[in-house]
Amino acid sequence: MSDTHAQSVAFVRETELPPAPPPVTETGAIKWVRENLFSGWFNTLLTVVAFYFVARILFFVFPWFFNGVWDAASIRECRDVLGGATGACFAVLVDRWDHLLFGFKYPPDGYWRIVVAFILLLGAAAPALFSKLPRRLLLFTALYPFVAYWLIWGGSLWLPMTILGIIIATGLVFRAVSSQIPVNMRQMVAAAIGMICGVGLSYLLFIGAKELVFIANSIGTASLGTSFAYGVFWLLAIFTFVFFIPMGMFVGYAIYNSYEDGGLVSVVTALLFIYAALVYLLAPIASGLNAVIPIELQAVASRDLGGFMLNMILGTVCVSLSLPLGIVLALGRQSNMPLIKGVCVVFIEFIRGVPLITLLFVANVMLAYFMPPESNFDLILRVIIMITMFSAAYIAEVIRGGLAALPKGQYEAADSLGLDYARSMRLIILPQALKISIPGIVNVAVGLFKDTTLVSIISMFDLVGMIRGPIQNSTEWISVYWEVYGFGAMLFFIVCYSISQYSQWLERQLQTDHR
Amino acid sequence: MNKSVFFGALTVAGLMAGAAAATTLEDVKARGKLNCGVTTGVPGFAEPDANGVWQGFDVAVCRAVAAAVLSDSTAVEFVPTTGKTRFTALASGEIDMLARNTTWTFSRDVDLKFEFTGVNYYDGQGFMVPKALGVTSAKDLDGATVCIQTGTTTELNLADFFRANGISYEPVPIETGAEAVQQYIAGACDVYTTDASALAAQRANFEVPGDHALLPEIISKEPLGPLVRHGDNEWGDIVRWTLNALITAEELGVTSVNIEELSAGTNNPEINRLLGAEGELGSMLGLEPEWAKRAVAAGGNYGEVFERNIGEATPIGLARGLNAQWTDGGLIYSPPFR
Amino acid sequence: MATLADPIKESFRPSMLLNDTRYRSLTFQFIALVAIIATMAFIGGNLVRNLAEAGLNISYDFLGAQAGYDINQRPIPYESTDTHGRAAIVGLLNTLIVAILGCITATVIGVVAGVLRLSPNWLVRKIMAIYVEMFRNVPVLIWILIIFSIMISATPAPRDFRGEDPTASMMLFDSVAVTNRGVFMPKPLLGDGSMLVIGIFIASIIGIFFFRRYARKQLFDHGRLIPTLWPSVGLFFIPAILAQIVLGGPITLEYPELKGFNFQGGTTIRGSLIALWFALAIYTGAFIAENVRAGILAISKGQTEAAAALGLRPGRIMNLVVLPQALRVIIPPLISQYLNITKNSSLAIAVGYMDLTGTLGGITLLQTGRAIEAVLLLMLFYLTISLLISFFMNIYNNAMKLKER
Repeated sequence: MSDTHAQSVAFVRETELPPAPPPVTETGAIKWVRENLFSGWFNTLLTVVAFYFVARILFFVFPWFFNGVWDAASIRECRDVLGGATGACFAVLVDRWDHLLFGFKYPPDGYWRIVVAFILLLGAAAPALFSKLPRRLLLFTALYPFVAYWLIWGGSLWLPMTILGIIIATGLVFRAVSSQIPVNMRQMVAAAIGMICGVGLSYLLFIGAKELVFIANSIGTASLGTSFAYGVFWLLAIFTFVFFIPMGMFVGYAIYNSYEDGGLVSVVTALLFIYAALVYLLAPIASGLNAVIPIELQAVASRDLGGFMLNMILGTVCVSLSLPLGIVLALGRQSNMPLIKGVCVVFIEFIRGVPLITLLFVANVMLAYFMPPESNFDLILRVIIMITMFSAAYIAEVIRGGLAALPKGQYEAADSLGLDYARSMRLIILPQALKISIPGIVNVAVGLFKDTTLVSIISMFDLVGMIRGPIQNSTEWISVYWEVYGFGAMLFFIVCYSISQYSQWLERQLQTDHR
Repeated sequence: MNKSVFFGALTVAGLMAGAAAATTLEDVKARGKLNCGVTTGVPGFAEPDANGVWQGFDVAVCRAVAAAVLSDSTAVEFVPTTGKTRFTALASGEIDMLARNTTWTFSRDVDLKFEFTGVNYYDGQGFMVPKALGVTSAKDLDGATVCIQTGTTTELNLADFFRANGISYEPVPIETGAEAVQQYIAGACDVYTTDASALAAQRANFEVPGDHALLPEIISKEPLGPLVRHGDNEWGDIVRWTLNALITAEELGVTSVNIEELSAGTNNPEINRLLGAEGELGSMLGLEPEWAKRAVAAGGNYGEVFERNIGEATPIGLARGLNAQWTDGGLIYSPPFR
Repeated sequence: MATLADPIKESFRPSMLLNDTRYRSLTFQFIALVAIIATMAFIGGNLVRNLAEAGLNISYDFLGAQAGYDINQRPIPYESTDTHGRAAIVGLLNTLIVAILGCITATVIGVVAGVLRLSPNWLVRKIMAIYVEMFRNVPVLIWILIIFSIMISATPAPRDFRGEDPTASMMLFDSVAVTNRGVFMPKPLLGDGSMLVIGIFIASIIGIFFFRRYARKQLFDHGRLIPTLWPSVGLFFIPAILAQIVLGGPITLEYPELKGFNFQGGTTIRGSLIALWFALAIYTGAFIAENVRAGILAISKGQTEAAAALGLRPGRIMNLVVLPQALRVIIPPLISQYLNITKNSSLAIAVGYMDLTGTLGGITLLQTGRAIEAVLLLMLFYLTISLLISFFMNIYNNAMKLKER
């Protein structure tokens, strides 16, 4: 048997074969292409369609881009240079580079100031964005607004510095009243402050009551609707009139009454101090310092700001201002006091229900009517107010989400430790809620930054406004579209993409659960 | 609640534009700058040049007023306004005067409470068509698609014209002149209508201006002029007579070249009164005697301003036409300086 | 309020208004109320005084005055002799039209792009990523302007269709003309008996619905798989076409024709509408794509694996298992995207589409000078639309929510 077997088997391998390389279709680039581009008929079809699509665009864009003319004084010269061939006229970017970035009114020898302010912005934002950096750098972040204000708007350095000084002094006053002075002295302070506030409040309310009567009378009783409004305003006036003295007395008493724990009285003292200092001390101190050591930059009016710089300023200022306002609104909306909750809900839902452009119309055509006749707000200030309100409403909703996402146990734990509302919010709730909300806040910030282009519709010369106004209407560049819009899109893309990449990075950092 | 609260807030912001004094004139003098509302850019009438300096026909009026009041033709803060914002800006005191090719109409004068101080350009709404269409009259435009630059009285005139002639059209409203031109050139509309001066100005920048024709119909009267708020008549007088001074200067042959020579005194008493060598006209306005001299010296007389900004030698290339002096058969006519 | 109902044990002292938590919130609210009234008094007083100084008044009479301007896209009959109020209504309808079209298209684009972003195909995945990032990071105003420019210069003008040797021609058997003024399409003309055809068509749609329900029931109750696709398609087309033929063609089509300056006849979708519609849809689609992707990724892998273990094909896994679950995650952000489209449609002003901002907030405001009234009305309209959308979408959301038992 074994013999026959031995005969029938011609060959027995006794050594192992060396491993063969995988078939060519299962390795390297070909495998990758097969798996990623041609796995199945549907995918192949998709690939072909996508490839065709990309090729079409590239064939169109490449000649246009690489034929681009970078050196010409006007669109007509561009056309001459191109001689009928397709090609971009990037010369407009060269010619109007400064205008696109800084607007056409900013003094050209001050461009360095904007550049410095921008570089410092990166420095100031870094410690706020990256928690690994030393916390001491936040000091620079706190200083930055004053420096940037001086760099951008110019004027005397002492104005922002004096404001900074006043703010620091206010902090010291607050500390002194709240914890450093003896109780009997605080009692005296509280009595004085309570008196001032009580009388001041009564006076303001009295004016308010008079104002309400004035409104009611000027509305008159001509028709049913106006009669109704007339009645409402009279009722409000009577209400205010009845309460103007008790309110003042009560608030004054409340301030006095708080001298023992010092919370309310120190806050009110600080507020009164900062108000008085800003009104009565700021101008003399700043001008005095400036007379002694003049450090001045050429002052620039805010309507002279323009170009991409204006978008950056509006975006940064409004986002920073709307954060605290958003937190207050979110807390207000969570409040269990129906009136305060109601006000916050109405405000948030109203702002979120209307387009930003209508709010800008309000800034443009209506806000001036709501201000005292003798005041004269800059357009840019009015726009900052409206955009801040706009983004605050959205940020409030994001933070509300963060607050709601916290487990109820956190609130209860804070309460059971005996912390009051302010402390439990500041120490327990907000740090956690804000941490959860950061990605959402960044999203709102990016959206807001993009929406700053809408100011071009109310005749402000931001980047889009510069393009649609002075550049496209100028005799030299009358029908340039793609180059300038492409450039604008690119600038926004760079900024927004960087921010959203940061947000994604942060989300990964904050992800503490393990999947 | 009261003034000081707001002043405090404003000082903090450092953006305060100064509390309003009693009259616009005092205000302007205290500020040292004239706030003048202009367009956001119409070639030849008001546009910032590559250095950001405003140039143009309307701009020259602002500069003349600034020269008359502040003796500095550069002491002007140009506030760009859109069709939507211009009246609010004026009414709310953000600007002292508006020189933004604004048509003088009854309702704007009476209902919106503004005071037109004269006419610096007699315009009318016209039509531009590609010559290839073979249209020779606006009445042939039945069924055409019409690009309109919105923000003026243009839409109303157009609707009236087509309704009166019983022909149909398709309106395409567009916000800026540049975008209207883009659509018109691409053939997205057959006709482009706006003020004839703007049509001419924009045609001058086309790739082939000769391919486009302006139709003979001018369908509206558009007397364009500077305006101020109701209620401050002294200020209105200053703006009105500054414009008149420019016009009279042309009529009397006073130019920016010979003005120094003439202001020493001439045989012509009207020139003397105009330039302040004789009479008390300046003090009646509350200005210095040589106010009008400064206004004319700032940019030349009306004719010089016209020729330099929109005249036939410029790319805009407008003929004087209706805007010639009355002595040359035009409508430009100033009351006497007496 | 509960705090009021509490029995007062000790006698009431004023300091309790501050120190007793039962009364403190009342105190705060009372102070807030007074502050609100005072602020109102301040703003209202200024308004009255400023208006008096400018010699103006608040009056909505202008809504009844003759508008005097024409609007190109009129969902309801409108002439230049009609009132400003009617012009505002036309604008409102135009806003709704572009918002609804935009929402539908954005949803389709968003879902497709979101699913394709997770596609195994590398090229497609990358293209979709580029699309999403490009649109999410550039302002919508710039996109509207760019897309409008592309539309105007990439499509032919009506004059290119003219002449001996036209450079452009109509599509689909000379029935559709794509121009930079808009898309001109045939319009159905309803002759005698066309109601019957339409009735049959509607009946067949209802029939399809019942047929599919029946097929489903058969599948669930008896495990019988009845093919539904082809019968549905047949039911959709055949009865209506048969009726059309039998009745001798009561429904005819009016084709657009190049006459005079423009294409005449048929229906038109104007260029400004198309530009705005697509700009909003593509822009918002990028955001929806991200929501969809997040929704799909939120479905645990076990679901996909379980479905695969049951032997479902990838397409079916997506349609039957993943998307229905992902929908619950997707809907809430989708609502806010729909609101964004509605609000962003106010940028129509940039392309000359006569929406609410173009009529009431645009030409009417300009012509009447009634800035305060017009802007207030404008905000009121948008607020109403937004609240309505969130109201209905929230109802839908609640209906779709996971019912926990």
